[in-house]
Amino acid sequence: MTAIAGLGHRVNDALQRLGFASRFFLVLLRHSGQSFRRLHLTVREIYFSGFQSLLIIMVSGLFIGMVLGMQGYETLQRYGSADALGILVALSLVRELGPVVAALLFASRAGSSITAEIGLMKATEQLTAMDMMAVNPIARVVAPRFWGGVISMPLLAALFSATGVFGGYLIGVVFIGVDDGAFWSQMQASVDFRYDIWSGIVKSFVFGIAVSLIAVFEGYDAQPTAEGVSSSIKGTVVKSALAILALDFVLTSFMFREA
Amino acid sequence: MSADNLVEIRNLDFAYEDRPILDGISLAIPRGKVVAIMGGSGCGKTTLLRLIGGQLRPTRGDVVVDGQSVPSLKDDELYALRRRMGMLFQFGALFTDISVFDNVAYQMREHTDLPEELIRDMVLLKLNAVGLRGAHHLMPAELSGGMARRVALARAIALDPMLIMYDEPFAGLDPISLGVIGQLIRQLNDALGATTIMVTHDIQESLLIVDFIYFMSEGKVVALGTPDEIRASRHPFVHQFVFAEADGPVPFHYPAEPLARELLGAGRSEFS
Repeated sequence: MTAIAGLGHRVNDALQRLGFASRFFLVLLRHSGQSFRRLHLTVREIYFSGFQSLLIIMVSGLFIGMVLGMQGYETLQRYGSADALGILVALSLVRELGPVVAALLFASRAGSSITAEIGLMKATEQLTAMDMMAVNPIARVVAPRFWGGVISMPLLAALFSATGVFGGYLIGVVFIGVDDGAFWSQMQASVDFRYDIWSGIVKSFVFGIAVSLIAVFEGYDAQPTAEGVSSSIKGTVVKSALAILALDFVLTSFMFREA
Repeated sequence: MSADNLVEIRNLDFAYEDRPILDGISLAIPRGKVVAIMGGSGCGKTTLLRLIGGQLRPTRGDVVVDGQSVPSLKDDELYALRRRMGMLFQFGALFTDISVFDNVAYQMREHTDLPEELIRDMVLLKLNAVGLRGAHHLMPAELSGGMARRVALARAIALDPMLIMYDEPFAGLDPISLGVIGQLIRQLNDALGATTIMVTHDIQESLLIVDFIYFMSEGKVVALGTPDEIRASRHPFVHQFVFAEADGPVPFHYPAEPLARELLGAGRSEFS
C-alpha cells in the first residue's frame, strides 16, 4: 500500500511541477517585451550561450561528419553507390543529427550554465534584491536568457550541420577519393529545402524553446542552497536530454510521414 | 493612521504554511526616525521586513506604508512604492557580474532616463558618502565583507529613498567596520531626511545610534522604548538581551526531552 501511495505522491508532485512550469512559461512570455525593447540584454545572452558554444558545436559537428563519411562510405560502396555519400551525410545531419546533437550539446554547455547562474543569483538573494529595487527579475534576468537560447539554437544547429557536411566531404572526397562532382551534385539534387532543411530548422527551434525553458525554470526554481543549485543543474541536463529525444520522435513522426 | 508614522503594522499574523511566525503584531515607525527591531534569531524580524516590502503577504492584518496598504497593492503599484524604498540585505546581495560602479548605477539606469554623465556624478557622490569612491572600478568579489556592505548601502540609497530597511547590517563585521556602518546608517538617514528600520540583534551598537527600539519574541512585540528607557528597563527579556545573559526568558536549550531520560534510553530509537 505504501508503494502505491508513494507512486501516487510522485505522480502528483510531477504534475504539480509541470503546472507550475507552465504558469512560469506564461509569466515569462508576458514579461518578454523588455527582451526585445532593450535588445542589448538579449544580444548579451546570445553572446554567452550561443557564441561561446560555437567551438564545441563546430568541433563536434566536424567529427560527427567525418565519422558519417567513413561509416557511410563503408556501407554504400558494398552496393556500388559510394557516389550517394553526399546525400547520406547531408540528410542525416540536416534532418536528425544536426538539431538533436547540437541541442544535446547546447543543453550541457549553455543550459547548465544558465541554470547555475540563475540558481546562484537566487541563492545569494540577488533576485530578491532586484525585485526590491522594483526591477522584475523575470523580465530582466530570465526572459533575455530564454530568448537568447531560443535564437541561438537554430543557428548553432545549422552551423553543426554545415561543419558536419564539410567533415563528410573531407573524409569521403579528400581522403577516400569519392568523386567530387557526384558528392555535391547528388546532395544538391536530393536535399529538399522545404522538406529537409526547413524541418531541421523547425526541430531545432522547438528544441531551443524546450532546453531554454528547462534551463531558466530549473534555475529560478532551485532550492537556494549549494546542494539545491547542483541538483537543479543536473535536472537541466537530464530533463533537456529526455525532452529533446522525446520531442524529436514526435516531430519526426509528423514531419516525415510519407517517407 | 497618524500622519507622523511612515509605517504602521496592525494586528499582523503571518505563517509559513502551518508554522506561525508573527502573531498579532502591531507597531509604528515614525517619520524621520531610526528604529531598531530586535530579537533573537528566528523570531520573525526578517519576515517583518519582507512584509513591509511587500514580498510576503500577511495571513491577517495590515501593513501601511506612507498611507498605502501594502498587501492590497497591485504589482505596478507595489513597484512604484518600492522605488521609494531602499533595502540592505544581510549579505549585501550585490550583483556579482558587474562592478561596484554599475551596482550603484543599476537603479538609476533601470528607472530613469538620466544621461550617463549625470549618473556617473551621482554614483560617485553616493560612493563618496560611504567612503568608497576610490573602489568604484572593483568587482564585488574583490571587496571585503565590510566594504561590500557599504557598497550595498550606497546602492540602497541610490534613488534617495523615503524608507531605508536594513537586514542585520552588523552581522559578521569587525569592530571598526561595525562602528563605520552604524555611523553611516544614522548620518544617511538624517542627510536624506529618510526613515530607517533596522532589524538586528546587535544591541550595543544599536543603542548608540537609534531613536527607538522594539523587542520581538515569538512573533510579538514584548518591549519597546528609547535607548535610555531600554538601558534602564527591568523587563526580564530586555535585561537578558542587553546584558547578553545565556539563559533567561529566551532559553539556552532548543526544546527537547529531559537529558536524563534521553541518555537512559527512552529516546534511543530515534537515533538508531
